[in-house]
Amino acid sequence: MADVNRGNRPLSPHLSVYRTQMSMLTSITHRITGIGLTLGAVLVVWWFLAASTNAAYFETADAVLTSWFGSLILIGSLWALCYHFLNGIRHLVWDAGRGLELEAAKKSGIAVVAGSVVLTILTLLVI
Amino acid sequence: MSYLTDRKRVQGLGSAKSGTHHFISQRVTAIALIPLVVLFVLPFGYNLGAGYDHVIAAYSHPINAIIAALFFITVFTHLRLGLQVVIEDYVHGKMARTALLLANILFCWLFGLSGVFAVAKIAL
Repeated sequence: MADVNRGNRPLSPHLSVYRTQMSMLTSITHRITGIGLTLGAVLVVWWFLAASTNAAYFETADAVLTSWFGSLILIGSLWALCYHFLNGIRHLVWDAGRGLELEAAKKSGIAVVAGSVVLTILTLLVI
Repeated sequence: MSYLTDRKRVQGLGSAKSGTHHFISQRVTAIALIPLVVLFVLPFGYNLGAGYDHVIAAYSHPINAIIAALFFITVFTHLRLGLQVVIEDYVHGKMARTALLLANILFCWLFGLSGVFAVAKIAL
């Protein structure tokens, strides 16, 4: 059976033996923002469902989303979306076989982190 | 003696279960979301807090409604595929893993379809 040796094998990766690098930080942030965006997506769907129900229910949902707490979640989601958007494009470029050299990957990582903040502020200014 | 070919006997039984379909779907939805995110988030941002009548008028417009529906379908497909990988990577118990993978599928279909339903109800 394939499972005989389970739990008895050396486990990898040994994350703690690595010095923190740009590529590992941007990678795990991509995952965390992806998971976190679930909450934003649920709130947006709820807002649309409320709008499709009636005016009174919409006012409730709209008030929750535009309250200080709702705004905190939505602005956080906007940054997560900007980050996931830019880093996703970085991944697609990698999939095409470009930008995989250590230096290039480090530079694009810094660009994505900085770009996500800039893009968030720009979006908030536009809307 | 089985009439099955060797290939047919083993297909789908490896640890990956299936081939490149998941990988390609994740990329196709990612590429589709590049324009869709921009086209969805901007009108949504304008309409958030703009009042009921404003929102109904905006999403009664076919372009806004179609983009919103496409966005919900694509984003919840992308979310389902992404969360699936996260669960497969971090949840190891057979029961917990199977339950979460199932919950993920049901959750993403429920909210994706609810979003499309809401937009269609407003638009029609």
